[in-house]
Amino acid sequence: MPPPYPPNVITANALINGDVVYQTRDDQWSETLAHAEIITDEAHAQIRLLDAQSQPEKVIGAYLAPIKTTPDGPVTTLFREYFRATGPSNYPHGKQESRHV
Amino acid sequence: MYKYTDFDAAFVANRNAQFRAQIARRIDGSLTEDEFKPLRLMNGLYLQLHAYMLRVAIPYGTLNAAQMRALADIADKYDKGYGHFTTRQNIQFNWPKLSDVADILDALARVEMHAIQTSGNTIRNVTADPFAGAAADEIADPRPIAELIRQWSTDHPEFQFLPRKFKFAVTGSPNDRAVTRAHDIGLRMITKNGQAGFEVIVGGGLGRTPVIGKTLRDFLPEADLLPYIEAIISTYNLLGRRDNKYKARIKITLQENGIDDFRARVEARFIDLHPTFEDVDQQILTTIKTAFAPPDFVQAPVTLYTEARTHDPVFRAWSDTNLSAHRADGYAIVTISLKAHGATPGDASSAKMRLIADLAEAYSDGEIRISPAQNIILPHVHKSTLPALHAALLRAGLATANIGLVSDIIACPGMDYCALATARSIPVAQAIATRFDTLEIEHDIGPLPLKISGCINACGHHHLGAIGILGLERAGVESYQITLGGDATETATIGTRAGRGFSADDILPAIERLIFAYLALRVEREETFLETYRRLDIAPFKTALYAQEEQTNAA
Repeated sequence: MPPPYPPNVITANALINGDVVYQTRDDQWSETLAHAEIITDEAHAQIRLLDAQSQPEKVIGAYLAPIKTTPDGPVTTLFREYFRATGPSNYPHGKQESRHV
Repeated sequence: MYKYTDFDAAFVANRNAQFRAQIARRIDGSLTEDEFKPLRLMNGLYLQLHAYMLRVAIPYGTLNAAQMRALADIADKYDKGYGHFTTRQNIQFNWPKLSDVADILDALARVEMHAIQTSGNTIRNVTADPFAGAAADEIADPRPIAELIRQWSTDHPEFQFLPRKFKFAVTGSPNDRAVTRAHDIGLRMITKNGQAGFEVIVGGGLGRTPVIGKTLRDFLPEADLLPYIEAIISTYNLLGRRDNKYKARIKITLQENGIDDFRARVEARFIDLHPTFEDVDQQILTTIKTAFAPPDFVQAPVTLYTEARTHDPVFRAWSDTNLSAHRADGYAIVTISLKAHGATPGDASSAKMRLIADLAEAYSDGEIRISPAQNIILPHVHKSTLPALHAALLRAGLATANIGLVSDIIACPGMDYCALATARSIPVAQAIATRFDTLEIEHDIGPLPLKISGCINACGHHHLGAIGILGLERAGVESYQITLGGDATETATIGTRAGRGFSADDILPAIERLIFAYLALRVEREETFLETYRRLDIAPFKTALYAQEEQTNAA
């Protein structure tokens, strides 16, 4: 049996404001990682990536990013993805604004 | 200051209208991202980690008050109320929306600014000594030359698709504050037998292959400048590699062909090109020079200044570190630190930008400069007004007395913003500055250029720091390498790697050990960190960094 496919999400930057977004199960783009569709099948991942890459009017540079599933939802495993999901550390800007307001 | 001609204004307006239409076609789906990307990069628009980033050129680092206010207005209206000043005398806005960018560029054009050629494989913003036209040690103001190069290089049809980006820096002073030896072409004004000219330095650069520039011509008469640099770049344009991005800069072209071969090609090309200029460049230069006439310096007593130094220790500490010698009697060059302890290096809020604009008008003939060390300079301040200026800066939190000290850190945006970064830079800079402020020893430590880059591309000039820090990714976590002995001045030197890297938690203690070792090793208070390093070499500093841990491992 092949090794299980590690969980991934599809992420990109939104066309207008450049914000980090995640593809959801119902073909929307969310600014929140918790809303992302968690993909655990390689063939499905490739199909969903093609879906994402065929929306140049909405997003830029879609790719698969590995995550870990936890009882609290998906969390990033690469620190670059952590910063993308969180925002900069010097100011409460970007994704932190909506959470702090 | 140089004023746009009708030609300049029409050129920028046309270019902005063109880009406005390109943005609209991207948004309505007519252009794909692959088609749009080269167009946006030609206009300084990047896509970073969390948002777009617009890089706006500040030619030779010179701004007037109206321009600074326009930058503040853009920061408020289209961004998050601040801007980031860079080592190449640009300002970067970190949060513009694609749909606002054309309006931002129009707002810039109204104050004679633009973002053209701040990205892409073109000739970038021409930088200069931030003390230009003011420095006591200056032969002549380098900015007319920088402006001539700006005009010649902007939209130059032959040089829009070079093998790689191309950076110029110009200095009119023997003390190099423009990092000329780390540029593709560095120009140092010199005189020979009473004739004005340049030492032409070629092939300097940092990044993954750091190289100190080499002298291509030890004396080039001023009148030959433009045909000669056109000869250099057209030679590079043909000879430079396009098959490998990492071997495409002129520093590699020089290494692969040898400087003598490259020089011979340039000289031959120069002979062909020279007559085609028909002295038009010299006529234009003569006109440009009139725009950089020095202000009318006044003769006035400096009693207020000397009294403040006697009676006000805070003023005295600030004037010890933040003032530089001016060419005119009774004047000083003021550096306003954008490195308040714990702040993000190079960032200025819109409120601070507006205050600096007001202070420039009140005290500095309306002139402002951006330094390659990411600070702001008021170049022409009469010493009698320094106490009032200092008081205004103090009220605004802009009177940090740390120029050239360990907390005056150059740092790139790093992983907090940059799509290329491999580690964060800003929090490391904040931690170091805060720590040495708490210890209250940075004035005792003395001059110590510390520079941090968040990846191998070296935007934070870590190779040129007496202490350099390079943030990398190792096994999924941030790892910081230290280099020692780098120097950005006329004695430019690439730093030497000290050894294995430190984790994000261990980098601050490592820097502390290094600096305490220096304090113990220096022969006198006046011996700087770099001088001590040059006297003793790297061994005692390596011991300070690694000995403790080796003992632990051996135990």
